[in-house]
Amino acid sequence: MYKIVAKKTLAPAIHEFDILAPKVAKKAKAGQFIIVRVDENGERIPLTIADYDREAGTITIVFAEAGYSTKKLALLNAGDAVQDFVGPLGVPSHIEKFGNVVMVAGGVGVAPVFPIAREMKAAGNHVVGIMGARNQELIFWEEKMKEACSELLVTTDDGSYVRKGFVTDVLREYVEKEGKPDLVMAIGPLPMMRAVANLTKEFEIKTMVSLNSIMVDGTGMCGACRVTVGGETRFVCVDGPEFDGHLVDFEEQLTRSRQYKTEEQHALNRGGCGCGGGGKCHG
Amino acid sequence: MAKQIIPKKYAMPHQDPQVRAKNFDEVALGYTEELAVAEAERCLNCKKPFCKEGCPVSVDIPEFIALVKERKFEEAAKVIKRTNALPAVCGRVCPQENQCEKFCVVGKKNEPVGIGRLERFVGDYIVQKDERIEKAEPTGYKVAIVGSGPAGLACAADLARLGHSVTMYEALHTPGGVLMYGIPEFRLPKAIVQKEIENLKKMGVEIETNAIIGQIASLDELFKEEGFDAAFLGTGAGTPYFMNLPGENYNGVYSANEFLTRSNLMKAYCFPECDTPVKVGKKVAVLGGGNVAMDAARTALRLGAEEVYIVYRRSRAELPARLEEVEHAEEEGVQFLFLTNPTRYVGSEDGWLTGLECIKMELGEPDASGRRKPVPIPGSEYVLPVDVAIVAIGQGPNPLLTNTTPDLETNKRGNIVADESTGKTSKEGVYAGGDVVTGAATVIKAMGAGRTAAKSIHEYLLSKS
Ligand SMILES: Cc1cc2nc3c(=O)[nH]c(=O)nc-3n(C[C@H](O)[C@H](O)[C@H](O)COP(=O)(O)OP(=O)(O)OC[C@H]3O[C@@H](n4cnc5c(N)ncnc54)[C@H](O)[C@@H]3O)c2cc1C
Ligand SMILES: Cc1cc2nc3c(=O)[nH]c(=O)nc-3n(C[C@H](O)[C@H](O)[C@H](O)COP(=O)(O)OP(=O)(O)OC[C@H]3O[C@@H](n4cnc5c(N)ncnc54)[C@H](O)[C@@H]3O)c2cc1C
Ligand code: SF4
Ligand code: SF4
Ligand code: FES
Ligand SMILES: [Mg+2]
Repeated sequence: MYKIVAKKTLAPAIHEFDILAPKVAKKAKAGQFIIVRVDENGERIPLTIADYDREAGTITIVFAEAGYSTKKLALLNAGDAVQDFVGPLGVPSHIEKFGNVVMVAGGVGVAPVFPIAREMKAAGNHVVGIMGARNQELIFWEEKMKEACSELLVTTDDGSYVRKGFVTDVLREYVEKEGKPDLVMAIGPLPMMRAVANLTKEFEIKTMVSLNSIMVDGTGMCGACRVTVGGETRFVCVDGPEFDGHLVDFEEQLTRSRQYKTEEQHALNRGGCGCGGGGKCHG
Repeated sequence: MAKQIIPKKYAMPHQDPQVRAKNFDEVALGYTEELAVAEAERCLNCKKPFCKEGCPVSVDIPEFIALVKERKFEEAAKVIKRTNALPAVCGRVCPQENQCEKFCVVGKKNEPVGIGRLERFVGDYIVQKDERIEKAEPTGYKVAIVGSGPAGLACAADLARLGHSVTMYEALHTPGGVLMYGIPEFRLPKAIVQKEIENLKKMGVEIETNAIIGQIASLDELFKEEGFDAAFLGTGAGTPYFMNLPGENYNGVYSANEFLTRSNLMKAYCFPECDTPVKVGKKVAVLGGGNVAMDAARTALRLGAEEVYIVYRRSRAELPARLEEVEHAEEEGVQFLFLTNPTRYVGSEDGWLTGLECIKMELGEPDASGRRKPVPIPGSEYVLPVDVAIVAIGQGPNPLLTNTTPDLETNKRGNIVADESTGKTSKEGVYAGGDVVTGAATVIKAMGAGRTAAKSIHEYLLSKS
């Protein structure tokens, strides 16, 4: 069992947990993720490492209540524990001095962007953060992002905070005014990453995206997470999660992300079969 | 008067096919004491037992069977366990018809002695008995075992018995490797595997689940920072191969590993009570003809699929699966499409699988192996309407550990290179065995390799002092 040492609710249905996992904290790097299983009957859900504290031995995760499992996770409080917590998984972000780096974060994507921005800045890059949310209520970690980036641009879809517009609007304005950065990195919902990649293709700016495909094991054993990149099949859990945004087949990813829509709805409305997970319910 | 020969093995009671095709309970119910003794009577107790030569770990077959005849089941278990740590498992999953039973002299004119069934009987008897666990004097040496499949389990048991301090690291949340995530409950009840793992713990073996070596710590760090003196790598062949056919990423196309892991390890069969879903589909095609394919097909039936096809490019005689599994699959209603090769997946506009295009094959000239090679019949393509396809054409080694251990020699397929007779790798103090060395093979071979390595590791540790 892995103890939740702190819980914060950052915005409606968005939570931050610090989880005690000293060995994972010791190794965690920006860009990697963990897989958590809430309880004995739980599914394995991947979440990005939003921060780590090697001394305290904790990993910070930030998640949105997207469906049954994340809602179940959200019911836990500081002092409770999760059944399983495995990581760090995936390849860490490639950090080096590129020059000017723009980090684009959409929605909960702020959390995974944060540690990468911080490392990019520490490596001597000029880091421009662009963060966007649907409305003011959903904005979180603005102060942390200000510190992690050299400059931070904030936007809301409805204009309820700072300005109105999508992150792509801000990115376009930035590039038109300041010129092409050396690297763009985008993390957020698939349609947002696709929009960023389409925009930067126009400007020919190298762009990395962090994919959140459906996973089971996270160790390269099942192939659930496969994605077509540059015409080749790759496994997001071991080859990624970061890939060249101009080579990713976003259409396929979107389709694959909807694979269990019916079942997910069913899980949310579940009455339960009453077998208690013993498997005797079948037949 | 000469003993009367009973031509057939005593039948093992089975669940009725109609009933069992709808549940996950074990199919074969095992011998009773009476049946076991009767079957043991069929053994001639050969002076030169050929059967033993067919067993990859040379179980002392006539010796244990003789003890079964005398109803000395505990002693029989001791004899088996001298070379095979998990009789309850191997008795169920060994391809006996290609191993021990293939060479049994009774089998020349009649059915061979049911060695596997007897081994299973003895294994089950002892599993229920709560064995006394003997603990050895601690040697002070620490050994790391990476991977908790049959290779790792067997190696850990032997090393613990010799008094070494053993820590086993497993990537998943449950130890057991393929025995837990791959082979379904109806063939190998998980309680049996768990019982063996409990025994290991009683022997003092520490098991760390959720620990991926190569990610949470490198092999070198295990030696330098955690103070291990030796390591055994039994990381298996877990990475699924795909056929690279057009449309392979349509929704509804699974690797057998994913389909079986969702069902076995994640208990998707009791969704939504258990949280992990699985798409079952109405019509399911399974690509391949090995044990993995049979398991996937039979699991799909049990999950409620209406029609399940095995699509295999050769003919029945070449099916690599255990004979018993093929027969069970047929009895349960799995349909076999032999001499049929998939060519592409057909899908709907919104990305869902709707069919599998196949081409018919015929047997051509014998190839180098002497088997007649299947060749496509031009123009015979047709589309098999299916909404789920499960690819079961093989698995390769998992690269997470080898990628982070540059001085560990691997071959071009990514398998760890290790000496067959010792398990020794190119790296000092590091031994390996099982599927990660041989490529996908069998439970008993993996266990045999684990035990061979345990012996070498013991010698290595003693030579250090
Ligand atoms: C590498 C990676 C990092 C991620 N990091 C974060 C993060 O930091 N914060 C965050 O809020 N979310 C993150 N996600 C997404 C998160 O895993 C899903 O939101 C979560 O699994 C949904 O589970 P659910 O049961 O609550 O919802 P469901 O109703 O089951 O699913 C909602 C949607 O989430 C996706 N999903 C479902 N099951 C899985 C699964 N097993 N694996 C991946 N996606 C799934 C599907 O697209 C689905 O339509 C990440 C995903 C990946 C792959
Ligand atoms: C569906 C299926 C059915 C089968 N049926 C039969 C059968 O009927 N009879 C038979 O004899 N054989 C059968 N086999 C084959 C048999 O199961 C394997 O040959 C055997 O399990 C190999 O054992 P192993 O210990 O080498 O590896 P595995 O059983 O694969 O175990 C390896 C373990 O190592 C873990 N691991 C991998 N990498 C790491 C890492 N870096 N750090 C920590 N842990 C790691 C994995 O998670 C896994 O648990 C079947 C296989 C499958 C998939
Ligand atoms: S271990 Fe397998 S091959 Fe050996 S005797 Fe037992 S069943 Fe036969
Ligand atoms: S070869 Fe057959 S009859 Fe002879 S000892 Fe072995 S099992 Fe018994
Ligand atoms: S999640 Fe199973 S291979 Fe990536
Ligand atoms: Mg879910």
